[in-house]
Amino acid sequence: MLHLTDRDRDRAMLDGAHGPAPQLAMSILVRMADVYGASELMDISQAHIDSTIYLGDATLEFAERLASLGAKVAVPTSLNVSGVDECGWKAWAVQPEWAAKAARQMLAYERMGAVPTWTCAPYQTHMRPVFGQQIAWGESNAISFANSVIGARTERYPDLLDICCAITGRVPAVGLHLTRNRGGQLLLRLVDVPLALQQDDQFFAVLGHLVGKLSDENIPVIDGIVVSPAEDQLKAFAAAAASSGRVALFHMVGITPEAPTLEAAFHTDARGAARLKSCATTAIEITVADLRAARRELTTADGRELDMVILGSPHFSLAEFSLLAPLVAGQHTHPRVKFLITSSRLMKERAHETGVLKPIVSFGAQITLDTCILASPMLPPEIKTLMTNSAKYAYYAPSLLNTRVTFGSLADCVRSAIEGRVVRDESLWQSA
Amino acid sequence: MAERMITGRVIVAGEAVGEALVTHDALSFWGGYDFHTGEIIDKHHPLAGVRAGGRILAVPFSKGSSTTTAVLLESVRAGTAPAAILTTGADAFFALASIVADVMYGKSFPVIALEPADFAALQTGEQLRIERSGVIHRN
Repeated sequence: MLHLTDRDRDRAMLDGAHGPAPQLAMSILVRMADVYGASELMDISQAHIDSTIYLGDATLEFAERLASLGAKVAVPTSLNVSGVDECGWKAWAVQPEWAAKAARQMLAYERMGAVPTWTCAPYQTHMRPVFGQQIAWGESNAISFANSVIGARTERYPDLLDICCAITGRVPAVGLHLTRNRGGQLLLRLVDVPLALQQDDQFFAVLGHLVGKLSDENIPVIDGIVVSPAEDQLKAFAAAAASSGRVALFHMVGITPEAPTLEAAFHTDARGAARLKSCATTAIEITVADLRAARRELTTADGRELDMVILGSPHFSLAEFSLLAPLVAGQHTHPRVKFLITSSRLMKERAHETGVLKPIVSFGAQITLDTCILASPMLPPEIKTLMTNSAKYAYYAPSLLNTRVTFGSLADCVRSAIEGRVVRDESLWQSA
Repeated sequence: MAERMITGRVIVAGEAVGEALVTHDALSFWGGYDFHTGEIIDKHHPLAGVRAGGRILAVPFSKGSSTTTAVLLESVRAGTAPAAILTTGADAFFALASIVADVMYGKSFPVIALEPADFAALQTGEQLRIERSGVIHRN
C-alpha cells in the first residue's frame, strides 16, 4: 500500500493544491502505484509521451481534458509520433477529419509544454537520456532502447500513464527503476552462428524478433555475439523484441552497458550469482536454423509483387539516411513502386544539411514526418504489398494495414524498388 | 454439476458476467484489437478473427505496444471492450486502461490476476460471473 505521508508534495497534489491537472494525474498515478505494488513514489527527470498517437475520440478527449485543466509537464518531455504528418498529409489518403483531430491532439500535448520532437526514436535527438537517469518513457521500442542500450531507467510505461508521470514528475518506485530488478532472468546463447551472418544488416532485427518471442516476461541476456553492432542495429533489435514480445530491458554480453560480462548481466551479488547458475542450466540455444525460421516469419507475402518499399520504424536516423544515399545515387525507382521513408523533422533537416537527402529524393523516395504508416491511415487501398528492412513494420503491418510484407536487407529493398518486384539476396540465409 | 469457484487477486475491482475467451499467448491491443468491432486482429495470434468484445478475456499478459492502453480506452468508449480481463500477473497496461476509463467515462472493467493453475483450467465458452471481491463463479 502506498504511503504519501513522507512526501508532502505528493499529498498536496492529490488534494488539489497544485491545481486540477496535477490532481487528476496524481490520482491515476496513486491508483497505479497500488497495481504495481509500490510503497512509495520517486522522482524522474525526463519523460517521453506515447499518448500522442491519435486513435479516436477517447485519446483526443483525454489529451484535451488534461490541456484544458491547464496541465504542464514538470520535467523535460519529448513527444512520440502523432496520428498525422502535420505538413505532408494531403499527399496521402488521410481523411481531413482525421487530420484535423490528430492535429488537435498534437496541439494539446504541445500546450502542456512538451518538446514537439514527434518521433519514436527520441534517443536519437537532443532529448537522449544518460546512463542511470531515472525517466518515464512510453513507446515500446524507445523503452527498450533507453533501458538496454543507454542504461537509463524506465518502467514499461503505457499510453495515458506516461503523461501523468510527466505532469507530476513522479513514478511508482518499482520495477526497472530499481537496480535489484535489472539483472538478467533468461539466458540465450548463440551457437555456431557464423560471423558473416552476424555481420548481415538483417541479423539484429531477426534476432530481436526471435528474442522477443522467447523471452515471455523475462529480462533476456544474449551471449555469443561477436560483432560490434551500430546503434541503428541495436535500435532494430530493440524494436523487434518489443513487438514480437514485451522486452523492456535486454542485456547483450560485451555490448550493452550493464553487461560487460555474463556475470555482470545477472548481477554479481549472491542473488545474481544464484540466478545465473539456475539460468545457465535452462539456457536456450539459438542456432542458424532458428534465425532462418524467425526471418521467414517476418515475410507474409508469397509472390514477387511489390507496391511500396517502406523504411523507418523506428524513425530513420541520419546514419541510416547516410547508408542509403550511396545505394540509390544516380538511380531511380521503378514507376510502379513507391519508396517511403518515415522519419522526424530533425533527422530530415540533418540529412538535408549533410547533403545525403538529395540523392535519396532524386531516386524517387518520399519522406513522411511526425508519424508512420501504422499510426496514420495514409496508405491508399491499392497498396497491398510492402517490403521493409524493419522487423517492427513487418510485424504490425499485416494486422494493422491488411497488407502483405516481405522482409529484406536495405540493399534488397533498394534493388527491389528499382526492378519493380521483390528481389532478395538469399545467399547468407538459405538452408545449407 | 456443482458450481466451481476460484478466487483471483483483484487488480481493478468490478463485476462482470460473460462467456470466457481463453488464450495462452500474450496480446498487444495496438495492432491486435479492432476497437470498432471488438475483434482480435493480430494475424500472428491464435485468436485472430475472434470477437473478444463483451466476453471475459483470459490472456496471460500484455505484450508489444505502449498504445495497448489507448486502444482499450477507445474500446470502452465505443462499447466494444472485453467485459473483464483475467491475467496471470498484475498487468499494469490492462489495469491502467480500466482506471482511466473510470476517470474519463465512469465505466471500467474488472482486471483479475489468477494463479497459474486456475488460469490453466479455464476453458473458452464457459460462463463466468465475477464478483467485486475477485471471486469467479464457473458454471
